Amino acid sequence: MSYIAAIDQGTTSSRCIVFDQSGGIVSVAQREHRQIFPKPGWVEHDATEIWTNVQSVVRDALAQASLSHADIAAFGITNQRETTVVWDKATGEPVHNAIVWQDTRTDTLIKSLGHEDKFRERAGLPLATYFSGPKLRWLLDNVDGLRARAERGEVLFGTMDTWLIWNLTGRHVTDVTNASRTMLMNLETLDWDPEMVSAMDVPLSMLPEIRSSSEVYGTYEGVPVASALGDQQAALFGQTCFAPGEGKCTYGTGAFLLINTGDKPVHSRNGLLTTVGYKIGDEPAAYALEGAIAVTGALVQWFRDKVGLISSAAEIETLARTVDDNGGAYFVPAFSGLFAPYWRSDARGVIAGLTGYISRGHLARAVLEASAWQTREVVDAMNADSGVDLTTLRVDGGMTANNLLMQFLADVLDVPVVRPIVAETTCLGAAYAAGLAVGYWPSADALKANWHKAAEWEPSMEPAARARGYRKWKKAVERTVGWMDEDDD
Amino acid sequence: MPGPIQSIQRAAEVLKLLAHGGAHQLSVGEIARALDLAKPTVHGILRTLHEVGFVEQEVEGGKYRLGAALFQIGTSYLDGNELRAKALNWSDTLAMRAREAVRIGVMHGKHVLVVHHVFRPDNSRQTLDTGALLPWHATALGKALVAFGEWPDRDLRRFTRHTLSPEDLHTAMNEVRDRDWAYDLHELVEGEASIAAPIRDRRGVVVGAVGISGPVERLCESPDQPPRLELVSYVREAARSVSRELGGLSW
Repeated sequence: MSYIAAIDQGTTSSRCIVFDQSGGIVSVAQREHRQIFPKPGWVEHDATEIWTNVQSVVRDALAQASLSHADIAAFGITNQRETTVVWDKATGEPVHNAIVWQDTRTDTLIKSLGHEDKFRERAGLPLATYFSGPKLRWLLDNVDGLRARAERGEVLFGTMDTWLIWNLTGRHVTDVTNASRTMLMNLETLDWDPEMVSAMDVPLSMLPEIRSSSEVYGTYEGVPVASALGDQQAALFGQTCFAPGEGKCTYGTGAFLLINTGDKPVHSRNGLLTTVGYKIGDEPAAYALEGAIAVTGALVQWFRDKVGLISSAAEIETLARTVDDNGGAYFVPAFSGLFAPYWRSDARGVIAGLTGYISRGHLARAVLEASAWQTREVVDAMNADSGVDLTTLRVDGGMTANNLLMQFLADVLDVPVVRPIVAETTCLGAAYAAGLAVGYWPSADALKANWHKAAEWEPSMEPAARARGYRKWKKAVERTVGWMDEDDD
Repeated sequence: MPGPIQSIQRAAEVLKLLAHGGAHQLSVGEIARALDLAKPTVHGILRTLHEVGFVEQEVEGGKYRLGAALFQIGTSYLDGNELRAKALNWSDTLAMRAREAVRIGVMHGKHVLVVHHVFRPDNSRQTLDTGALLPWHATALGKALVAFGEWPDRDLRRFTRHTLSPEDLHTAMNEVRDRDWAYDLHELVEGEASIAAPIRDRRGVVVGAVGISGPVERLCESPDQPPRLELVSYVREAARSVSRELGGLSW
């Protein structure tokens, strides 16, 4: 019996999950890495530490299940998207810490590049700090001598998929889903766009080759490395959303709602992103619309680590259940601005509706409810863009363990919320894509048979209460925008 | 601020010593020697600890071991929501392998509180019953919990003609302790069966139980036989995996 090992290089940790042929989890290993905050708004990772952790979790996951490399049919990779690293081609040493997707240091650069919608047609993305191209440009502008070295072909650029594949196999490649988050790739040609590359002023020679999401890129310890997908696209794939109109929302540090739109990119009029969903070998790419919420699980972590009212993320549900409602408090966690559908980088977080009545239980409620209301706004935008109303929300990710949140989500969306039997859909998607590439699974249809409902939450909120809550939420959101001034760092 | 209270310090030393001994029980004399205290002092401390249930004796005048009340204090801070979060992957995997619904339970007063429920993976219409209370004596979850904790209740309602009498239950619980897994056969609902195994934290204390339930025809070879061993092994494997998770890193 052989297995597929998925490597999930995430924002806070790296994990390796080993799956069997039914999609069941055989073992899990995880290591957290340091979050480096050099300045407010700046977030970095040590790419070398991440590579060391990835090697460790692979070793640990195999050891836990008493497996050797010979038992693994393929490795799949999924990764935090947009996080940018540049390294020395000869030594493999990063020239600077990786700049993480949440990092807002490119704010001024973004403003200087032009109108927000300048690249929307070609890249599917608004000009915003999250994407890799501007981060690469910042490194070229700010690391001593880097531009000259880049022009001499001495350094390479990559997102975390590329960094791992390069370390695992020696090849300098990325997949279409990760490339679609750089603001350098043309959505129609699925190749680097000369105009965007030159507007961003980055040397083409340091960019990786763009490949499909599911093919053998090379081998590590004799095992094929056979998939790469950005984490959200991997979750879409893991939820087997293969048909146009099928979608999912993953709740992790942030939350990301993606809907498969088929083999043509659909452009949003409501603040959503157009992105590549996946591309299996030589088959045509599947595109997706994406609604990104920056802060969901991160707000619970903040509540745990910075406020200290709970000692674990799961305890927030216990605290929230000490009260019956939010007591009128609304928490808009615009920590680094508002993402979809607003895209306001000048916004910052607020807690609105505070009175002397508000207790820590109410705050815990407001923290959880923030994830649900933010999802509601993205679903509304998605419905407007697609012209079809969502009838069920498929969810996954760690926060689906929170029953209070899942019930509230069904309540505010007024549709059933469904969790599939493998909540680890990100890893599962990477495993599926790798397994397809090496023939471990015969076809995408065979994967559909593995999808089963593990839990379902039915809406039970009174329409009037829903409308009132949504109105208050929108008023709270209004109070976040325009907070940042020109002279703020 | 007043200084430390000597008798509490000494009581703590006694408890630590008993905890260190594990299954090995200690006499008054052994404890007195180990802590360099006078026997009457130790005896007084033990008598008080015995009254509050922190220590117990197998027989009157015999050796001492840690009491059940102490374990209940120790376990009460494992949050049910935390247990669900840690158990998510393994309960999913169990449901997939066994093709049956999975529940995770903890003791809540005299009942089993369902803290997690995974649907039977056949995409049929099912309702989430997280938060429901189950009778402990007629479910595998309850037996797996109570076998390693305190007997909560002697007033045992009969749900079917197969619900065990207190005497039969005693025998069954000894078996649960020996085998480290539990089952029920028609005991709550005629035609239904369940299998469960205890979940332990890093100290080895039982903090929950995970199990599957379904029709007798699927869980057992025949309607009056114990459950199929293949299913039992899936349940026990899930319990071990969750237990390992509880001793490991937080997510």
